[in-house]
Amino acid sequence: MNNSNKKRLRRTMMFLNVQKPSLIIDPYIYKADSLILDLEDAVAENQKDVARFSLYHSLKKIDYRGCETVVRINGLDTTYWKEDIRAAVAGGCEAIRIPKTEKPQDVKIVEDEISKAEEEFGRSQGSVLIMAALESARGVMKALDICDSSERLFGVALSGGDYTKDLQTTITGTGIELMGARQQIVIAARAAGVQCFDTVYTDLDNMEGFYQDVLNIKLMGFDGKSIVNPRQIDIVHKIFTPTQKDIIFSEKVVKEIDSKKEQGIGVFTVDGKMIDIAFYDGAKRIINLAKASGVYKGDL
Amino acid sequence: MEIKKSAMAGTLESSDCMVTVEEGEGGIEFQLESVVIHQFGNQIQKVVYSTLENLGIDNVKIRIVDKGALDCTIRARIEGAVYRSVEQNTNLPWGGAIRE
Repeated sequence: MNNSNKKRLRRTMMFLNVQKPSLIIDPYIYKADSLILDLEDAVAENQKDVARFSLYHSLKKIDYRGCETVVRINGLDTTYWKEDIRAAVAGGCEAIRIPKTEKPQDVKIVEDEISKAEEEFGRSQGSVLIMAALESARGVMKALDICDSSERLFGVALSGGDYTKDLQTTITGTGIELMGARQQIVIAARAAGVQCFDTVYTDLDNMEGFYQDVLNIKLMGFDGKSIVNPRQIDIVHKIFTPTQKDIIFSEKVVKEIDSKKEQGIGVFTVDGKMIDIAFYDGAKRIINLAKASGVYKGDL
Repeated sequence: MEIKKSAMAGTLESSDCMVTVEEGEGGIEFQLESVVIHQFGNQIQKVVYSTLENLGIDNVKIRIVDKGALDCTIRARIEGAVYRSVEQNTNLPWGGAIRE
């Protein structure tokens, strides 16, 4: 199963309530990397049935102009999730987000339903990817098994609201209560070779706090962040897009390592810093991120 | 498909519409209230009739209060109301009777 979208750029994943037409008709104008069309928490219990029709027609009719379409289905403990998958796959979504994932089996049973829906609606097998949200202590503890559970899984996301409730604490805005889970998720994702995404920041009046939060999760190693408001997009993109200084340095590192390797030299200096092969993958990653972000003009 | 009972879907928020369906009296009886009726009344009517045709419904009273909904929203709300009226919310015919 080879889906080239698995490693695409996902700095921002913006939640949208599919039951609200005003939100889903033109969200591409804000240029989030991914849109999460939400059938779960954002949709009231007595609107679950009709929300799927909005989802289906939006996916079919609206040109999201390169923004990835991810559908958050209802939990596996509800009666809704199987029909959610049928509607999403029939509509043409690119990925399914599983809420409250606690074990690899959760991913497996969703994968089976997606596969059935791909068959039913004439989509190629493997065309729909999966991401798993970890929202409990148990889910976080099983992060590596979940990351390894399916070829379709492109990443895992921390969902801080439910997680802190399960941990018997609260969201403080400092991130202290999320520290362990964030670290565990990044390590698990990297070990499994999938992406990882941080939880939403819901205090929309505290943009300074949001900035600091994004800075921290970038340094921790996350690939991006779930967001709830278009105002948050520019900040995340600015922080996650490599600076020209980083790009120029990384370009030098890649080129020097390539050329020195041919000369049989293992350690050398670039701009006064000692460099060896261990820097190669990191430098390549920055160049690839710069390319995906549209800011790389070089020839690598 | 036969309308079994009165049902409603949608809201009166901007860009949405509220659709009510009930059992007809031998045909399609369509009533529209819209903020853009002069500009898009005919287009909305076309969408309503085409959606009902897709669903195989020819006996219904349908009332729409439109707040500037796109065609795809109008279709979604009609289908939502119709499938509520027949109390079906699984094994829906996505891409069949439910289509653009």
